Amino acid sequence: MTDPTAKGKLKIYLGYAAGVGKTYQMLEEAREASRQGHDVVIGYFEPHARKDTIAKAEGLEFVPRRKVEYRGTTFEEMDTQAILARHPGMCVVDEFPHSNVPGSAHAKRWEDVEELLAAGIDVCTTMNIQHLESLNDQVWQITGVRVRETIPDWVLQQADQIVMVDLTPRALLNRLARGVVYSPEKAQKAIEHFFQESTLVALRELALRQTAHEIEIRQVDFDSPGFQMVPTEGEDTDRAPSVDRILIFVTSDPASAMLIRRGKRVADYLHADCFAVTVQGEGGQKLEDPPRVVERHLNFARDLHIETRVLEGDDIARTLVEFARLNGITHLFVARPTADQSKGLGKPLGRKNVLQDIVRQGRDMQVIIVADRSRPQQQ
Amino acid sequence: MSARRRSPEELLEQAQAEEAFEKRGRLKVFLGYVSGVGKSFRMLDEGRRRKERGQDVVVGAIQQGSSHDVDAVLAKLEVIPLQNVAGVPVMDVQAILKRHPGVCLVDALAYDNPPGSPLRSRWQEVEQILNEGISVITAINIQYIDELRERVSQLTGKVVTQTVPRSFLYSADEIVVVDAPPDTILRVPDDGLGTGRANPQQKLSELREMALLLAADVVDKQLEAYLHRSGVSQSFSAQERIMICITPRANARPMIESGRRNADRFHCELTVAYVRQAELSRDDQAALERNLDFARAANARIEILDGEDPIATILSYAREHGITQIFVGHGAQEKWWERFTGTPLERLIRDANDIDLRVFPH
Repeated sequence: MTDPTAKGKLKIYLGYAAGVGKTYQMLEEAREASRQGHDVVIGYFEPHARKDTIAKAEGLEFVPRRKVEYRGTTFEEMDTQAILARHPGMCVVDEFPHSNVPGSAHAKRWEDVEELLAAGIDVCTTMNIQHLESLNDQVWQITGVRVRETIPDWVLQQADQIVMVDLTPRALLNRLARGVVYSPEKAQKAIEHFFQESTLVALRELALRQTAHEIEIRQVDFDSPGFQMVPTEGEDTDRAPSVDRILIFVTSDPASAMLIRRGKRVADYLHADCFAVTVQGEGGQKLEDPPRVVERHLNFARDLHIETRVLEGDDIARTLVEFARLNGITHLFVARPTADQSKGLGKPLGRKNVLQDIVRQGRDMQVIIVADRSRPQQQ
Repeated sequence: MSARRRSPEELLEQAQAEEAFEKRGRLKVFLGYVSGVGKSFRMLDEGRRRKERGQDVVVGAIQQGSSHDVDAVLAKLEVIPLQNVAGVPVMDVQAILKRHPGVCLVDALAYDNPPGSPLRSRWQEVEQILNEGISVITAINIQYIDELRERVSQLTGKVVTQTVPRSFLYSADEIVVVDAPPDTILRVPDDGLGTGRANPQQKLSELREMALLLAADVVDKQLEAYLHRSGVSQSFSAQERIMICITPRANARPMIESGRRNADRFHCELTVAYVRQAELSRDDQAALERNLDFARAANARIEILDGEDPIATILSYAREHGITQIFVGHGAQEKWWERFTGTPLERLIRDANDIDLRVFPH
């Protein structure tokens, strides 16, 4: 019927909060697929004690969850090996961004899903917009919550389909008030914190824009050979390959993670190449032995599929700018030092001088000094 | 959120906004991007559920016999019949106002009335109903939004004549995109996709993207209005907003071109701002006009700002308008950096800590 070596298809039901109906819609479509004769199983399902949702799962085959002991508590995780052995045509996996209990084969559920896809199993899954890596700082600003369970943007980009499960914030708050989403005590807490109307409205807007963006980047694929693009008249000429190349300057500064996310997000929107670079030299550190913090930042960049380099040179700004010039970089992303960090470095304003030098020397390229989104704004 | 002290004028404006909001009915829009996604059904089904929860719901306008599902829900609702004007069925606004329900369901928002009707278009009648304090739930397809008409017709080869201005949708209290991935859409004989050369799949994707972005814009307006009513100045944004700061001597063209491209990619607003300088030379005045012409050609919103301190003026405008990226050029002075403090760029870098600052080659 299908090519056994082909990769499975990934479909993501994207929402902006608990209770918008992602799982419900996913199960509804899974049932429909099952009725039409597809071989569907539920690999992981988080019922949250919602009656309607539980009812939707009835009649579908469950692959039993794996019980894991960790520090005296029993956790239940998706049993990826059992699903692979069962090898269904399609597997339903709730809560895509979930982190597995330490000691599991994969740290993240999305990595389990990658394994299922690689085995040729189609996967349907659910997630909320706040778990997207590149939005982590914006979500922190909007909600005051630092989301730890994140999904790299490239994982989303690989999905064959993204469906936005939409519900207006007012309807969601009504649901919450009627006790459909959480138990009464939990609902009250939720309304006081995360579920404020303005917060929900902002998250919903992020989800709508992200879904639109995901559709747009998939349209670019239509340009590939074999697909005849309709020549569009007028203004719509922004389909040309991008000439933008983005360089992110990584240091031991904790703001580097924020900078990497921001640079990568802009790169994705501009369809630009993206590099992350650090400069070693001051204090005579060897190339093979960059400080651990910087190495952690570079690893983070690699996890987001950004190419990294370690440069050597005593004049940080000049080394960076010359590398940028040689490599046709159009945008140079740098972080701003905070007052605290300048003190902490033991050399007042040391970083600031580097920033100034970069701005001064990089006069032939765009230098972007990225806002400090690493903390919510003052109330 | 910034706790700015509000002036009496601002407080009055806020009170008026609150009052107007309380008086008007609520407008909820189901937005589709192709026939067959089920927006009419969603609209009616919401009406049914609200009625079951005790709200006073009537149907003001609906196309009967469009599908079995629709007719089944319709049977459970009170319908105010369309009136016949010169052989054309028209919504009976007077009957609706007289009946004065809590909620009125109105399908086909873009419908045009026959010549001689008191109001030309159905969306204007909806406006009238809202002003009487009746809430309206309605449904519309993206192709009938006036500002998008051209793009849609390029895509589908179909030209529509009946349209609703985008600003009317911006006034909605709630908007729902009736979204389904293109492959699950029930194909109906006249799905509005026309017979252009583009792959139907691609057309659907583009229409779907347009609908999501329009909904995002409406949601953005809601957030703005909500913050305004609550007396909170905008302090966070789900949307990028780009502001380009120009001077007469700035090398504005590459900045504006780049700004335009970025704004297109992010689907966001582009503002070009100039802080008025006293006594420009004739040459500078001409150069400024040229730069502003570029900005107009790039379809940017133009703001001429007044303020003694240009940096503070720029930043306060940016913060008030939720700007996320400021574009500036390198200063014209050769050695601005030698003066360690006090240069404009230096101060911008120091003070714009909550906004991305993009410095362009001069």
